[in-house]
Amino acid sequence: MITSSHDVVLVGGGAAGLRAAIAVAQSDPRLSIAVVSKVYPMRSHTVSAEGGAAAVVRPDDSLDEHAYDTISGGDWLCDQDAVEAFVKEAPEEMLRLEHWGCPWSREADGRIAVRPFGGMKKMRTWFAADKTGFHLLHTLFQTSLQYTRVVRYDECFVTKLLVEDGRVQGVTAIELMSGQVRAITAKAVILCTGGCGRVFPFTTNANIKNGDGMALAYRAGVPLKDMEFVQYHPTGLPFTGILITEAARAEGGWLLNKDGYRYLQDYNLGTPQPYPVLRSMELGPRDRLSQAFVKEMEKGRTLSGPYGPVVHLDLRHLGEKVITTKLPFVRELCLKYQNIDPITELIPVRPVVHYMMGGVHTDINGATPLPGLFAAGEAACVSINGANRLGSNSLPECLVFGARAGRAAAAFAANQPEASPSVLAQAAEEQRRLERELLHKTEGRERIAVLREEMQRIMENSAGIYRSGAALTEAAGKLRQLQERFRHVALHDHSRTFNTEWTAALELSYMLDVAETIVQSALRREESRGAHQRTDFPARDDQRYLAHSLAYRNADGSCRIEYLPVTITRWPPGERVYGK
Amino acid sequence: MSDTIILHVARYRPEIETEPTFQEYQTPCRKDWVVLDALNYIKDKVDGTLSYRWSCRMGICGSCGMTVNGEPKLTCAAFLTDYAPGPVRVEPLRNFPIVRDLVIEMSDFMRKLVQVKPWLIRAEEKPLSEGEYLQTPEELDEYKQFSMCINCMLCYAACPVYGLEPHFIGPAALALAQRYNLDSRDQGGRERMELLSDHTGIWGCTFVGECTKACPKSVDPAAAIQRYKLKAALEWFKSFLMPRGTS
Repeated sequence: MITSSHDVVLVGGGAAGLRAAIAVAQSDPRLSIAVVSKVYPMRSHTVSAEGGAAAVVRPDDSLDEHAYDTISGGDWLCDQDAVEAFVKEAPEEMLRLEHWGCPWSREADGRIAVRPFGGMKKMRTWFAADKTGFHLLHTLFQTSLQYTRVVRYDECFVTKLLVEDGRVQGVTAIELMSGQVRAITAKAVILCTGGCGRVFPFTTNANIKNGDGMALAYRAGVPLKDMEFVQYHPTGLPFTGILITEAARAEGGWLLNKDGYRYLQDYNLGTPQPYPVLRSMELGPRDRLSQAFVKEMEKGRTLSGPYGPVVHLDLRHLGEKVITTKLPFVRELCLKYQNIDPITELIPVRPVVHYMMGGVHTDINGATPLPGLFAAGEAACVSINGANRLGSNSLPECLVFGARAGRAAAAFAANQPEASPSVLAQAAEEQRRLERELLHKTEGRERIAVLREEMQRIMENSAGIYRSGAALTEAAGKLRQLQERFRHVALHDHSRTFNTEWTAALELSYMLDVAETIVQSALRREESRGAHQRTDFPARDDQRYLAHSLAYRNADGSCRIEYLPVTITRWPPGERVYGK
Repeated sequence: MSDTIILHVARYRPEIETEPTFQEYQTPCRKDWVVLDALNYIKDKVDGTLSYRWSCRMGICGSCGMTVNGEPKLTCAAFLTDYAPGPVRVEPLRNFPIVRDLVIEMSDFMRKLVQVKPWLIRAEEKPLSEGEYLQTPEELDEYKQFSMCINCMLCYAACPVYGLEPHFIGPAALALAQRYNLDSRDQGGRERMELLSDHTGIWGCTFVGECTKACPKSVDPAAAIQRYKLKAALEWFKSFLMPRGTS
């Protein structure tokens, strides 16, 4: 087996991972750093983020207002100490990106421009047209190339965390090009692998979003927090699930039902005005907008399209200039993938799985309960997003908590001994498992794609926008059966060279674990809060559930749920009010 | 229109074949399917051994570039119906070593990217407490299009010079060098120029313009290189009139 050794290993090379890598390099230049990613870093899913990144910058705004919007948007499930740290550090992180060359959109006088965004009471969303994630990722990646202490393992697929003597001591990974299994030892590991949208059939998430880091942590005994909170973005293109950014509504776009009526006015989100109004109507939070879609559908007021019901996003009144300068990617995507020009035509949209509020349980510095293991970005749950994330908070979250996790991991690694020799035996055992149970396996009757599609159907039917105890209980049983069937999965490709069937099988096994934590967490939470809506428990219940769920993996592979109180500092739980 | 289409897909498994061969597959041909959807159909339902890269399926991650009927394309943006009635020939991107099936080896580009120093270079960095570097929308427009490169490698696959002279730094990396040179916040132009003004840099380009035609993001690397050549020529000329150190 090929072995190598570093002080800090990053798993994932998106915004959180690269920011963390640079933070490690800057805080202790002696440390050796590895970025291990299953794709080249500039392919990471950060690249798809469109609308913007929130940070207080205008004199009429304040950190407290950003904090309040975030906490009320999260239906009071956010840890308020984490939110306070987040809003305080977001502006300097964004500015740092500016100093690194990020092409932020500007005002005429050369200052940073900001735009409105859903659930935000002030304009504080920085943007680079509507390719914010793309520019942010490429800026971070290109900047990271200066740091020679950062060694990249591009296209290396991590299969296991090596845990020995009660601490993380590295990872095993398949090098896709050669098919060799590598052991990469470390004094600290930071998981920055993003979300797991692919457990659902209809998602904005890229093919690589399989909850890898979440499953790796879960299997190592680390709990996954608040996994029942799955964000549906209200405006995805049918069939492809391509996201039409919230910025389209921030610039003044309207949501219309089949009668051309701005239906959000019927859902306690305000009264329609011809111009965009902050925290109102189309600029309400994503959970409420996606729920309103379902209610409209039930009233028979949506349109029927070839891929199910849709409503219309109307940008026509914005005019060609606004669309081509502020929303060029929206137009490009509509033209290329839907054959529609938003300057003159209505865009059909429907809610689409977009983001996981939950993730690997960490503290405010990205540390998990397992010594040496850290997490940041969508893979982690700190938590600043609570029961519903506000649009444009996720990119700054990657920066703020990526940097925090990087600094914390650097400090931790500086005081640790080298990896124990016995971890290599563990790595060798993992290599045997990967080869014997998958690569060289010649029998098996289950197709990867069949199991994956069944899992996705189960998740959509039980853990969608509205859930019920009965549907979740049934889903839990079916997911157990899929876990059993996965043991009989068939692999037809036995080559070592760039074997994407091998990795697809591993990704499916990650997703099955993560799906189970979503369903079990949702089943146990007998209330409705933010993105978790139970038809059998329609009210929020602060008595019982002002608490984070923690999903632990039992020794027999089943899942157990415990709870952890929410940290409240200055904003006692209240009613979420929009449009007033 | 027929509801199915034939794909001729290049296969190469180094353990089995000594050179690439073609395999024929039949897939549905739906109105909203792209070539990548057909490949995913094959992978999921017909033949799990086919290897290729893909991720975002919305033309921004740059993973899924391949040669479709002879032209470099992002397969997530190449509609099957545009190739009907078929057959559609799908091959790996040209000018790169082939790893397996439709997967190319692109570490050469990753090395060249570092060489052009694609980061802001400043003599002195302003502290964060002093705020942003001001940059007007007009100044942003100077370099914006060159910042749109998604590193998809279509321009390298289209570039006849890169095909013959692998040392040529190539269109995307040169466009990215220009992206920083033209950024009002950057002061590294001279440093990059020293690296790039030889035959493997800008002077390698014979201005065929295929890169610009192939680019799915309208970056126009050919224009970046031409502009660079002009600047380099002027610098060279100036060096006679005003020897270094006096300007």
